[in-house]
Amino acid sequence: MLKVNDINVYYGNIHALKGVTLEIHPGEIVTLIGANGAGKSTLLKTISGLLKPKSGEILLEDEHVAGKVPQLIVKRGISHVPEGRRVFANMSVEENLELGAYLRKDKNGIREDFEKVYQLFPRLQERRKQLSGTLSGGEQQMLAMGRALMARPRLLLLDEPSMGLAPLLVKTIFRIIEEINQTGTTILLVEQNANMALSIANRAYVIETGKIVAAGTAAELGESDQIRKAYLGGH
Amino acid sequence: MFPIPFRKGVAFMEQLIQQLVNGISLGSIYALIALGYTMVYGIVKLINFAHGDVFMVGAFIGFYSITVMDLGIFPALLVSMAACALFGVLIERIAYKPLRNATRIAALITAIGVSLFIEYGTIYIRGAQPEAYPDGIVPLKSIDLFGVSISGQSLLILGVAIVLMILLQYIVHKTKIGKAMRAVSHDQDAARLMGINVDNTISATFAIGSALAGAAGVVFGIYYTKIEPLMGIIPGLKAFVAAVLGGIGIIPGAMVGGLLLGVIEALVSAAGFSLWRDGVAFVVLIVILIFRPAGLFGKNVREKV
Repeated sequence: MLKVNDINVYYGNIHALKGVTLEIHPGEIVTLIGANGAGKSTLLKTISGLLKPKSGEILLEDEHVAGKVPQLIVKRGISHVPEGRRVFANMSVEENLELGAYLRKDKNGIREDFEKVYQLFPRLQERRKQLSGTLSGGEQQMLAMGRALMARPRLLLLDEPSMGLAPLLVKTIFRIIEEINQTGTTILLVEQNANMALSIANRAYVIETGKIVAAGTAAELGESDQIRKAYLGGH
Repeated sequence: MFPIPFRKGVAFMEQLIQQLVNGISLGSIYALIALGYTMVYGIVKLINFAHGDVFMVGAFIGFYSITVMDLGIFPALLVSMAACALFGVLIERIAYKPLRNATRIAALITAIGVSLFIEYGTIYIRGAQPEAYPDGIVPLKSIDLFGVSISGQSLLILGVAIVLMILLQYIVHKTKIGKAMRAVSHDQDAARLMGINVDNTISATFAIGSALAGAAGVVFGIYYTKIEPLMGIIPGLKAFVAAVLGGIGIIPGAMVGGLLLGVIEALVSAAGFSLWRDGVAFVVLIVILIFRPAGLFGKNVREKV
């Protein structure tokens, strides 16, 4: 579905992604794990068009999308839930969701998706008139995910959905990620919480200082001593 | 004639109400200009010092529409608004867009440059001589309210300002472009991820703000008659004060700030200090910056670490 081929991304002089290659098949949950500053968010931003790679290609079903504007990427079916949620705090829950469907014109489809999102996150329906800045962290995460789903994406990019949430809430969020996946949405999940991420993923990549250093099925990586030591607080 | 008790007191009240009416008319003009300042600041964090000159250009376009093209007031108003919208977008695309990622001081100095360019460009094109809006073009009659006569011009200003402000609120809160504007002003990257075209949204903001300034220019001409190429400087600065007074970046703040400033000025004049009229606006600015730097409607946002 998505192929990232040998991309290089710079922030000024800093070489943030060094020849990253990865692939996501339709229907999968793929997770990208790595420490702070390893380049996880940079990769997601490059896929969604917020950053332009200096070289390399990104193929979405054989269409070259590297360096294209985010507008086009969203239209092609990739939605990005950014790190830190980034909900529009000055707008209501409902308005945030409407903005998620900004590029769509099919009114009936949008109404259906409102229903779906409210089913997935009943909390959002209760608070739909509330300013999103007044929501709790967990609710904002739900809103950010619901907002991304309103674009009806085929591929959902999730950046640290567990960040700053209580353990119980993290479980809920991960259960919902699995539910979203079961309805046919492919998922690329970036996480520092590697244990949780590996528990729901099919495959995983490990990124270290801008390079992919390991790849495999989630089970394989979960077993690997090296990975356990570095990322799973392992023994 | 039978004597009316408290005749003196009645006269005082009449005068006060009359001054309030004048202040509200003037304040409506400030408010219309201030809206453009505040909207542009809200979305690109730039004080567009050329905004007062868009107001001046609007006044001239309205004047030529009425005198040369022989249009009525309302068509002239619309022509001026449309032309100013286009003008605002041109200014943004040519002067500010290339500086989007530059330091804020660079953009600010550019804005001052654009302002001078428009002022003296206008003088170069048509000369520095003033023009006078023709008399008797307002189709409204004056009305009497509590013994105070409110002129047709005042009614026109109020009517135009109220309609435009309602329209603006509708656009910002109910339409897609308005929601995009609010999204971009809050978080550009997140807006991009929704598929919002940030450049077009910023242009739309300049267009709307400039159209409001154009409308303000025309009603100013109708109310005060005289227009000239440097007429935008003082009202522009005062509208900026009004925007800061209400809380820069906050739309209702600009409306209230404008009205408040107009009324304060009128009352200062009425009290016999008309020479202090212009100074008072800046005293207000200083006081606000000292005691409530975020403005009347602004929240004090503490930088989160």
